[in-house]
Amino acid sequence: MNRLRGKAALLSIISMGLGQIYNRQWIKGILFLLIEAFGIYYFINNLGRALWGITSLGDTPRLLVKGKWIDGDHSIFIMIQSLITLLFLLIFIVVYVMNVRDAYHTAIKRENGQVPNSFAQSIKFVMDYKFAQAFLTLPALGILFFTIMPILFMIMLAFTNYSAPNHIPPAKLVDWVGFQTFKDLVSLKTWSHTFFGVLTWTIIWAILSTATTYLGGLLVALLINQQGIKFKGMWRTILVIPYAIPQLISLLVMRNMFNGQFGPINQYLGYFGLGGLPWLTDPFWAKVTVILVNMWVGIPVSMILIMGVLTTIPKDMYEAAEVDGASAYQKFRIVTLPMILFSTAPTLIMQFAGNINNFNMIFLLTNGNPVVGDYQYAGATDLLVTWLYKLTLDQNKYNMASAVGIIIFLIIAIFSIYNYRRTKSFKEEDMIQ
Amino acid sequence: MSGRQGRKAVRLTVSYIILIIMAIGSIYPALWVILGSFRPGKSLYSKTLLPEAFTLDHYRELFTSSSILFGQWYMNTLKIAVCSMIIGVFLTLLTSYAVSRFRFKWRKTALSTVLILGMFPGFMSMIAIYLLLKEWHLLDTHLALIIVYAAGAPLGGTFIAKGFLDTIPRTLDEAAKIDGASNWTIFSRIILPLSRPMLTYMALTQFVGPWVDYIFARLVLRTKENWTLAVGLFDMVSTNQNTNFTTFAAGAVLIAVPITILFIFLQRLLVDGLTSGASKG
Repeated sequence: MNRLRGKAALLSIISMGLGQIYNRQWIKGILFLLIEAFGIYYFINNLGRALWGITSLGDTPRLLVKGKWIDGDHSIFIMIQSLITLLFLLIFIVVYVMNVRDAYHTAIKRENGQVPNSFAQSIKFVMDYKFAQAFLTLPALGILFFTIMPILFMIMLAFTNYSAPNHIPPAKLVDWVGFQTFKDLVSLKTWSHTFFGVLTWTIIWAILSTATTYLGGLLVALLINQQGIKFKGMWRTILVIPYAIPQLISLLVMRNMFNGQFGPINQYLGYFGLGGLPWLTDPFWAKVTVILVNMWVGIPVSMILIMGVLTTIPKDMYEAAEVDGASAYQKFRIVTLPMILFSTAPTLIMQFAGNINNFNMIFLLTNGNPVVGDYQYAGATDLLVTWLYKLTLDQNKYNMASAVGIIIFLIIAIFSIYNYRRTKSFKEEDMIQ
Repeated sequence: MSGRQGRKAVRLTVSYIILIIMAIGSIYPALWVILGSFRPGKSLYSKTLLPEAFTLDHYRELFTSSSILFGQWYMNTLKIAVCSMIIGVFLTLLTSYAVSRFRFKWRKTALSTVLILGMFPGFMSMIAIYLLLKEWHLLDTHLALIIVYAAGAPLGGTFIAKGFLDTIPRTLDEAAKIDGASNWTIFSRIILPLSRPMLTYMALTQFVGPWVDYIFARLVLRTKENWTLAVGLFDMVSTNQNTNFTTFAAGAVLIAVPITILFIFLQRLLVDGLTSGASKG
């Protein structure tokens, strides 16, 4: 009897579905056979080319033969086609392993004298016991092709020399260069000067913007929540408006308001007899402007958050403090502040990480300008992430951009993973209920 | 006693003054752009906040001009927003339900993966998605945008949605299971109705995305007839900022007003959505 499981598994290894047919699960077996047929057809056509493509990235560039351009290999298309084929191969292998395991386990059941499930029963089994996995397949495929594949692609780009002006297909080929791009980024004077300059500003920006919006939000929340303030709901609704207006619109409007020549802000300064300020054109003032505008956009979010926390602080804590004779300031310092900090700490860290990547604010407001002369394609207010955008879309320095992207990712990942690991929802999630 | 009263009055007065200043600061830009959209002429500059005369010309121009296809863009955006909202919410709900309710191998790995992937700068993947869409002949189509927005939805929304689903007591599921309900029945009859606030929140954020996404839409949509509002509006600002300001203002008002009103009406939900992440840690 023991031979059943070996035979079923072996048959399934030879070709998908054979093991199932051997187990007399006809429909399942035929479905698997069809998948196998598709797979073989697809891979015979594509796999060889994919393996060649991913290692060599193409051999022949576009050539001029007798006054005519003959299309050669387009390294980047080859790279992405190879990547897609390899991903399909990965899915195929997963299905293959599932097929062998299925045949094996069904055969064990048969050895124990059970009748293998009919097709309808199999489906019912999946719906009852493998529900989550079945549910997750669709989103997982979407994530695989629209998130993981692009990320892999960009990581690969960082290790090539794909950049203007010398390595842009189809005229030229692209090659693997190992860690050269990263070395250039930190050791070539022109690049490293820009990189560390932009990195410094990114960090200053992230700290300042997070701190100003958080403290501002705290202040507003406490002001509104004071005893004796009337129309609390009205104040809250008015102050939340900047958050409700789509950022695209409000930032483009702000860009006009801060316009040095015609904008209303300089106009008002003029009424008070003050000279206008170069809000968007001077490196220092442009930095001030983005922080100010960010406060305008960000304070409402912190305000909502902190007001939410304020309502959850138990009243008896304040009563206890009063019995002990605490002053208003002491109540704030000993009860309110620690409670707020404790509950909002994870959000605070996420906001910090988000600000490092705050593309919209910079791109829509200043576009990274004013330009700094000795920077490589970056301006005074450029963050790493907007610099990356310029390197990619304006300058076609794809490899450099990918290297910068990987560095941004590493910085953010460290914060977020640290943050996530120490939150309750990760550690004790089964204890909630 | 009167000293204390006096101090309280001072404190309240100061608070009101600060609040009034902040309220003016919050509303002013919105007011400025709304009034600007009614101002005759084209210039950004105006002597006073209140225009001397009101005109609806700029709104009329949006729909009649040959270079600004506002109506067309509006319909494009609406179509993309509705489709990507439906698919995106569906996918997010699937993901969050599965990771909230079931315990399976790889579950924590899957959760961490979703978290980490969400941290990649979005347009690092733009070039690759662009090439992928080119490969599948989807460039300059709305379908491409719908697919990409919807496929991206689970990355952003799963954690918030999972946090919400975790708060629905699992005893409810178990009771239903004892009564013979299948997983699907539990999902559609118990979980879905109970997560209506969550659904509204997710649908809203997903719906608003296409109205305000400039970067990706710009990359994919090449012909003017296919543009979304965000692309069109940005084009108006970046090409000739000072000469076309009032028309831009009118367009901005038409996009911002519906979305702003939606957000303010659903304020309560947004607060819950934002704080659910915080209070549970």
